[in-house]
Amino acid sequence: MRPCPRLACGIALAAFTLVAAATKMDVPADAAFDTRIKTLESELRCLVCQNQTLADSNASLAEDLRREVRELALSGKSDNEIRAYLVARYGDFVLYDPPLKRTTWLLWIGPFALLAGGGMLWWTVLRRREHAGRSTQRTTDPHAEARGRALLDDSDEPPHTG
Amino acid sequence: MKTVRWSIPLALFVVLIAFLWVGLGRDPREVPSPLIGKPAPSFALHQLHGDKPLSTAELRGKVWLLNVWASWCVSCRVEHPLLLQLAKAGIVPVYGLDYKDKPDDARAWLAQNGDPYTASIVDQDGRVGIDYGVYGVPETFVIDRLGIVRYKQIGPLSVESLQEKILPLVRELQK
Repeated sequence: MRPCPRLACGIALAAFTLVAAATKMDVPADAAFDTRIKTLESELRCLVCQNQTLADSNASLAEDLRREVRELALSGKSDNEIRAYLVARYGDFVLYDPPLKRTTWLLWIGPFALLAGGGMLWWTVLRRREHAGRSTQRTTDPHAEARGRALLDDSDEPPHTG
Repeated sequence: MKTVRWSIPLALFVVLIAFLWVGLGRDPREVPSPLIGKPAPSFALHQLHGDKPLSTAELRGKVWLLNVWASWCVSCRVEHPLLLQLAKAGIVPVYGLDYKDKPDDARAWLAQNGDPYTASIVDQDGRVGIDYGVYGVPETFVIDRLGIVRYKQIGPLSVESLQEKILPLVRELQK
């Protein structure tokens, strides 16, 4: 093997150093990028196996969508732009966290409204019962009391058999 | 007062049952497409036969169906006889989007099962499929003269879906 010319050697060495430096510098940046992509993918639904996220799914569509997400992110798109890209194609269903809008307000408000309604119903029933208890106490008239007492006295007698 | 007391829970119960009943009849795999009423995503793809590309611009001015299929797709075989009948009747041109498939396999499949398509285009990496929100092959889109998506059928076509939805819509759009 011929020793390489000085210039070529220099260039090769410089290139090597640059590449080494670049990769070394890229490592933390790449890790951040990867976590960003992972977070994004775990917020998106795979449409083939509907209860899995894009990150978890092995479906071929999920693979394609992961590729798409990565490419969009590399081209400088923000997380919101990437989400919008997928929503435009697959609808809000791709989001695990559906936005609050006209068609979804029932989904968001419904359980709380139901809970509040149930609570109010419970409260009114309790109130009414308490009220009813108190008002009977107050309105017991002597006649009714006498009749009640008579009935109670009646029951003291030995039960009628036969 | 007594009737009111039990009629409220009864009414709530009936409403709940109605919701659950409707929910039972719905297919959770059918995700409504956000593309309905929006322009069909444009494409310019190679055709399966011959080497001329086909673009959405060339399809302007006519009502057409886009049928997404693949040779690996099992339920595509279910709807295939219907597509052949549709092609024979010549009511509406059907364009096939060969989705994530090997062109050789696709050609062999069509040679064996019959080719109902006015033209077939090849979406080997599935990018056009993503633009169309395809997630369960086969899927069929109805696209009007202005290039607006009017209907999307997820899963294989059936006699009912053709007679009740797609063909009436196509006739309406062709007027």
